[in-house]
Amino acid sequence: MFAYYFQLGLRSLRRNPLLTALMVMAIGFGVAASMITYSVFRATSNNPIPQKSDQLYAVQIANWKAEDLDQGEPPPALTYTDAMAFMQAHKAKRQTALYPIAPSVIPADASRLPIEENSYAWYGDAFAMFDIPFLYGGPWTQAQDDARAAVVVIGKKLNDKLFNGKDSVGKTINLDGHDYRITGVIGEWDPQPLFFDPVNTGGFGDPIGLFIPFTRAIDLQMTTAGNNNCNETPGTGWDNWLHSECIWIEYWAELPTQADADAYKRWLTGYAAEQQRAGRFKWAPNVRLRNVTEWLDFQKVVPPESKISLLVSLGFLLICLVNTIGLLLAKFMRRSPEIGVRRALGASRREIYAQFLIEAGTVGLTGGVLGLLLTGLGVLGVGWVFDEQIARLATLDVSLIALTIVAAVLATLLAAFYPTWRAAQVQPAWQLKSN
Amino acid sequence: MDMQVGPILSALRRHKAGAVLIALQIALTLAILCNALFIVHQRLSHLSEPTGLDEANIFVIQNEWVGKASYAQLDAEARADLEVLRRLPGVADVTTSNSYPLRGAGWDDGIRLHPDQLTDTTGATVYFADEHFVRTLGLKLVAGRDFRAGDIGVMAAQDRLDPSQVIVTRALADTLFHGDTAVGRTLYLAGSPATIVGVVDRLQAQSVARWAADFAHRVVIVPRRLTSTLGTYYIVRTHPGQLAAAMRAAPAALVARNPRRMFDPRMGVLSFAQVRERAYESDRGMATLMGVISAVLLAITAAGIVGVTSFRVGQRRRQIGVRRALGATRHDIVRYFLVENLLVSGSGILLGVLLALAMNLWLILRFGMQGLSPAYLAAGVAVLLLLGQAAALAPALRASRVPPVEATRAG
Repeated sequence: MFAYYFQLGLRSLRRNPLLTALMVMAIGFGVAASMITYSVFRATSNNPIPQKSDQLYAVQIANWKAEDLDQGEPPPALTYTDAMAFMQAHKAKRQTALYPIAPSVIPADASRLPIEENSYAWYGDAFAMFDIPFLYGGPWTQAQDDARAAVVVIGKKLNDKLFNGKDSVGKTINLDGHDYRITGVIGEWDPQPLFFDPVNTGGFGDPIGLFIPFTRAIDLQMTTAGNNNCNETPGTGWDNWLHSECIWIEYWAELPTQADADAYKRWLTGYAAEQQRAGRFKWAPNVRLRNVTEWLDFQKVVPPESKISLLVSLGFLLICLVNTIGLLLAKFMRRSPEIGVRRALGASRREIYAQFLIEAGTVGLTGGVLGLLLTGLGVLGVGWVFDEQIARLATLDVSLIALTIVAAVLATLLAAFYPTWRAAQVQPAWQLKSN
Repeated sequence: MDMQVGPILSALRRHKAGAVLIALQIALTLAILCNALFIVHQRLSHLSEPTGLDEANIFVIQNEWVGKASYAQLDAEARADLEVLRRLPGVADVTTSNSYPLRGAGWDDGIRLHPDQLTDTTGATVYFADEHFVRTLGLKLVAGRDFRAGDIGVMAAQDRLDPSQVIVTRALADTLFHGDTAVGRTLYLAGSPATIVGVVDRLQAQSVARWAADFAHRVVIVPRRLTSTLGTYYIVRTHPGQLAAAMRAAPAALVARNPRRMFDPRMGVLSFAQVRERAYESDRGMATLMGVISAVLLAITAAGIVGVTSFRVGQRRRQIGVRRALGATRHDIVRYFLVENLLVSGSGILLGVLLALAMNLWLILRFGMQGLSPAYLAAGVAVLLLLGQAAALAPALRASRVPPVEATRAG
């Protein structure tokens, strides 16, 4: 029966080509607009580390007076003083302070130009915390952190460039005139959003390809390549800045259970209270622990453009559906005589429902195919509307293809319910009489 | 004129579904259209805002040093670079700064009028400058004087920002002194007092993002060359027509002087036109997207009205025939369907105005957008009324061609 109704549906679509084209286009455009904007929204609201997002916490503490805070929220970064106190207390399973740096990789071959890599200074724990896969070797040790060792972990891209992709563990590279020994080469690691530092990256950017110990970077007086915020002038020189209330360090703690998180928060509050007693803070403890999803939400990583355009597109789809209801109603009611005949010949209401819903489904499917084409074009053109770093994340994958087709068919079926109900209400006697 | 509203209403009551659907579609279209076009307007309104620079003849170089040098060495290197650039053919003037308008990031700080104020009077963008800054950028000095070579100091990123003299923009001066003379007055920048020696007409902030909107043109120029291991910006103004040639020659000349440097492949050397393009990329994109959606939306709504009205005409061929036979003119029939459409569209528009305002309110609360201007609402209403009438016209004309003989057909 399904095949027969499907054929009937196709034949009926050909009977009113203009009306059919209108419906197919409405569904196609509506679904495509929604899917294109959804592909961007999906990419920007992505959970970059789902297996651990509720175990990793960004740590915040109010080291500034209330007037300098944004709506009472502690600043989004830490001072060197607090970050070091947290590292020394070692209260989490793993922890790291981190900040972006901008060293140049100087190739051994003096004729080649220096290479710039997106780089971070952090602790050896970070690699295990963030589940970073290694191609060769591994992270540096805690002893090397403590010894402020000249060691480095590099990304695959840099390893390909400098060592033709061979195992380079134990070899040295030169950063800004200093030699560093490679302890590991990481494989593909491109979490988007860059959850560990949306503050300095805006959430999206090229993969990070070079890491050195935080302690080493401080020893070499490497300034942050990211934001530095001061609520008062720190005074002159590196040491004054390092021990000032300027904030520029992100801090992450791995706390596997809720109990661990609660205990850490209590400790953090205690630390702030201690600072208050010591006279450094002249206000009550104001601290935050935010897991990955809470942190990305707080940092407003999803651009408002993405949300607004998704919203407008869904509104657009809704209008297309209302439009489709009207056109289907026109199409179905035009066939009242035919329905009357079928009913008089013994077709049940249920069969009328089946026939017309399948016909609508055929429209939906055709609209879905058109929508898919338009979505494909649109995803290619996302770079027109969004930042290139975000646009590269919006892709037409299998799940989006399936969603486009399913959304088109379901939406059309939804739109078809009322017209179908009206069709099933057609009185056979009345139609037979009037014709 | 007899508008025949009574019979139209009773006919509409008998065929509610089609009318309700058209009204609903018009309501939703109006809501989305007004807000989408308002977004377009907001995004585009900043696009042509002047920076105050001689944009056509300016390009910028982002210079990053390789290796670590002392701050004194970095400053000497930067000055040598400026000399190399100044000698290039076609170059009018060169300056160095920590940032420039529309770059997207830089230094901003609080400005106060008294040292014991608890909160800032306003935020302001801080541009570091040498004695060539005002001339290179092509800024218009409207009061006081430019910096002299002797005013310029050197500071490292971690040093205290305490210039004794500053130049401010007219926008900042007006915010602080409400139209009174600014030259000679004192302001407190990051807690240190500075005397205003000059006022420039216009200079835009480094960011066009919403967080910087409050101080978009409030700028303080400090007589300091900022040295940073992260690098610096060289801003070059060329003689008219020489921009492209100078842009090609500059990086090569710098590398020839000292090769231990890098230019970012994407951001290294940019003409100011490119800077502007990058700064407003997402605004232009969003405006394009909303524009396309609005256009398709109008097309689909119009097509929907044509479809449903045609159906209603088809349904009532006999009725139309009877009316024609009873003496109604073609004109009457056309008017009937147009008035019907006006009634349906009108009720849709009433609902649509409410929906548009509700949606705008939501955008205000959620995304801090501005209130929808009544002009946009009025324009949206007018567009949809016209669209409805235009879309109903073709089916109405077809209805008017129904011959009176149709009244005698079967049934």
